[in-house]
Amino acid sequence: MTTGTESLPAPRGGTGADGRRFGALRLFGGKAKGGEDAAKRVQFSSPYLPYLFLAPQLAIIFVFFYWPSIQAIQSSFYLEDPFGFGSTFVGMANYTDVMKSGEYLGIAKFTAIFTTLVTFFALSIGLLLAVKADGVIRGNATYKTLLIWVYAIAPPVAGLIGMMFFDQHIGPIVELARWFGWDIKVGLNYSDTAFAMIVVSVWKQIPYNFIFFLSGLQGIPVAVREAAAMDCRSGFRRFWTVILPLLAPTAFFLLIINVTYALFDTFGVIDVLVKDKAANNPITLVYKVYMDGFRGNDLGGSSAQSVILMLIVFVLTIFQFRFIERRVHYN
Amino acid sequence: MFKKISLAAFTLAFSATSSLAATNITWWHGMAGRNGEVINEISQKFNEAQSACALTPVSKGTYEEALASGIAAFRSGEQPNILQVFDAGAATIINAKGAVVPAEDLIIKAGHNFDRNAFIDGVRYFYADSEGKFVGMPFNSSAPIMYVNDEALKKAGVEAPKTWEEFEAAAPKLKAAGYIPLVQSQLTWQFTENFFSRNNIQFATNNNGYDSVVDTTLKVTDPNLVMMFDKLKAWKDEGYFAFYGAGWNDNQKVFEEGKAAFWIGSSGSFGGLQKTAQMPFSATFLPYWNAIEGAGTNSFIGGAALFAMSGKTDEENKCVADFFQFLTSPEIQYFYHKATGYVAITKAAYELAQKDGYYKEKPVAEVGIKQLMLPAGDWSKGYRLGFYPQIREIMEREYGRIFSGEATVKDAFDTIEKEGNDLLARFAKTAG
Repeated sequence: MTTGTESLPAPRGGTGADGRRFGALRLFGGKAKGGEDAAKRVQFSSPYLPYLFLAPQLAIIFVFFYWPSIQAIQSSFYLEDPFGFGSTFVGMANYTDVMKSGEYLGIAKFTAIFTTLVTFFALSIGLLLAVKADGVIRGNATYKTLLIWVYAIAPPVAGLIGMMFFDQHIGPIVELARWFGWDIKVGLNYSDTAFAMIVVSVWKQIPYNFIFFLSGLQGIPVAVREAAAMDCRSGFRRFWTVILPLLAPTAFFLLIINVTYALFDTFGVIDVLVKDKAANNPITLVYKVYMDGFRGNDLGGSSAQSVILMLIVFVLTIFQFRFIERRVHYN
Repeated sequence: MFKKISLAAFTLAFSATSSLAATNITWWHGMAGRNGEVINEISQKFNEAQSACALTPVSKGTYEEALASGIAAFRSGEQPNILQVFDAGAATIINAKGAVVPAEDLIIKAGHNFDRNAFIDGVRYFYADSEGKFVGMPFNSSAPIMYVNDEALKKAGVEAPKTWEEFEAAAPKLKAAGYIPLVQSQLTWQFTENFFSRNNIQFATNNNGYDSVVDTTLKVTDPNLVMMFDKLKAWKDEGYFAFYGAGWNDNQKVFEEGKAAFWIGSSGSFGGLQKTAQMPFSATFLPYWNAIEGAGTNSFIGGAALFAMSGKTDEENKCVADFFQFLTSPEIQYFYHKATGYVAITKAAYELAQKDGYYKEKPVAEVGIKQLMLPAGDWSKGYRLGFYPQIREIMEREYGRIFSGEATVKDAFDTIEKEGNDLLARFAKTAG
C-alpha cells in the first residue's frame, strides 16, 4: 500500500513531539553554549551535520514511501500483464476507466459516508466518555483502563470479534435486533453490513480518542475552570464556551487522525467482516485497490486508484495546514 | 524483503540437512491447515524417495496471495520453481507467454513418458492449451457435488434428485417436513461455471476463451442460465432455497446442523463434513436440467494446478519434472486423495482406490470422480478467461443483489456481461 497515515506529516504542536525531538538533537551534537540561548537555538559545528543525522530517516522514507509512490504513478499510465512481459502506454485511460465506472463512484460515495460517520461517532463518543471520566473521582483508574484496553486490539481481531457479534447464525447482536423485529443479515444485506462495519470501526477507535481527549481535558488549568464556574452556572454552557475551545487543538488533531483511520486503517475490519468476498457488500476505496491489484492482478488499474487515494491524502494535508490550523488556537 | 531473507535462510537450513549434491527446488503454494501439512508430507516423501533433488514447500497464504507473491517474485527474478495457481487465475499465468514452461514439455524433455489419456476426463483440459497440451500440472482437484441429508429424505419420503426438475417436485415435501430444501456455497463455481459444463452450454466465445484472448466475450445472458437464476430466486421466495451471502461457511452451516436437505458443496468437503455434520449424509451428482438438450455432461475441476516457472536451470527443471512424475504416480495420488478429499486425477489412481476398497468404506469420496468421468460435451472442458478473479467478484456482487432484491435477474446478468466483457477486453490489451 503506497498510501497511508505515514504520508501525513506529524501535526504541529498539541502533542509536544517536536519539543522532545529538539531535546534529543541537542544531546547529540553541536556546541551547546548553555543558558537560555542554547535552549532556543540548535547549533551544529558543520552545516552538513544535520543532514547526516536526517539521512537514515530520509533513506527509509524514500525507499518505503517515495519510491513505491513513483512506481505507482508510473504504472498507472500503463496497461501491463502482471508478469511484466508486455506493457503498453495508455496515457490517462486507467484514470478515465475508473472515473467512468459507476461501481467505483458508488464505492467512493460509500467511503465518504463511512468516513464521515465513523469520524463523527468515534470523536463524539470518545469526547463524551472523556468528559464523564474526567469528572469521576473514585475508582477512576479502573474506569479509564476499562475504556482504554480496546485500543490494544488489532483491527483484524476487532473485525473477528465484530463478525462473531454479527454472525447470521449465532451473533448476539443479531439475536437482540430480532427482538425489535430487525433481521440483521451481515454479508447479504448492503445496509446491514455497512451498519456492522461502522459499529466495529467506531468501537475500535473510541479508546484512542478517549485517551487524547482525557489528557487534553486534564491539561486545562484548574484556575480557568474555577473562573468559568464563578461566571456561569450552567455546566453545559461552560463546556461549549470554555472547555471545548481549549480542547480545539486536540480535537483538530484527532479529526485528521480519525479521517485517515476511517479511510485506510479500517481495511482489516472490512476484510474480516465481508469474509474475503465483497460480493454486494459495501467496501471502501482502499479495499477496492486491494481487490483489483492483489487479487485481480490489474496493476495499471489499481495503481491509478492508489494515485487517486494519494491525491485525497494530499488534499487532506493541505486542508490541515492551510485552512484549519490558522483557525485553531494552540496554548 | 524480510520474507525473502527468511525464506532464503529457511531454504539454506533445510538444504544443509539433505545431501549436499542435491539440486534444490522450491514450491510455493496457497494451502493452509491440514491441506498444507499434506503438502509437507508429500514433499518429504519425494525427498526420501530419491537423493538428486531436494524439494522445499513454502506456504504463501491463500490462493490469491500465492499468485500475487509468485508474480512479484517473477518480476524481480526470484521466482520459485513451482507455483500453485488456482482455477480462476489460470488465464493470468498461462497467457503471460514465457512465464511458465508447459508441464508436458518439461516432463518429455526430462525423458519421461507423458500420456494425456492417463488423466480422467474432467481434469485433462482445464489447464491445457487449446491443442490439449498440459501447461499446468493439475494438482488439487475437486468437483461441485450435492450432499444429501439422509434423515430429511426419509422424513419427507423423497429420493435424491438427479435433475432440477426432480428437485422442484421434491422441494414442497421437504419444506412441509420442516427442512430448507436447498443451500449452496459458491454460486459462481457451482451455478455458473459448472452450470455451463453440466448442461453443456457455451460459456464464452472463442471456444470458452481457449483459442484466443482477443474479442473473447461472455455468454452469461444465455436464456438457460437466466432461467436457472429465475428459478433460484423463485425457490428462495417460496422457501425452497436459502441464501446466506457469498461466504462459503455461512451457507454450509445450516446443512451441518441438519436444517437443510441438500447442500451443493465441493467433493473435497466431505472430510470436514464427517466431523461437523450432525446427521447421516450421502452425496450425489450436481443436478442438471432435463429440459436442456444434451445436458448431463461431466463437470470440470475446481482447485488448483502446479506451474513450472521459467528462467530456471536444466537441472532444476529436471527435478521439477521428476516431482511431477512422482506426484502423478498412483500411490501418491491415492495417498493425497485419502488425506485431503480432493479427487485422484489419474485413472490408475482411481483404480487403485477402487481395488483397495476405499469407496466401499467411503462411498461419498467416489462421487466427485464419477462426475468428472461422465461423458464430456463440447462445453464441459473448462474456460480460459482473463481477469477472471475480478469477473467472479462482479458475479458475486450481482448475485447478492438478486437475492437481496436490489436487482432483477435479467439486469444482473446484463451488468455481469457488460462489466465482464470490459475486463476481458482490458485483459486482451495486457496480454497482446
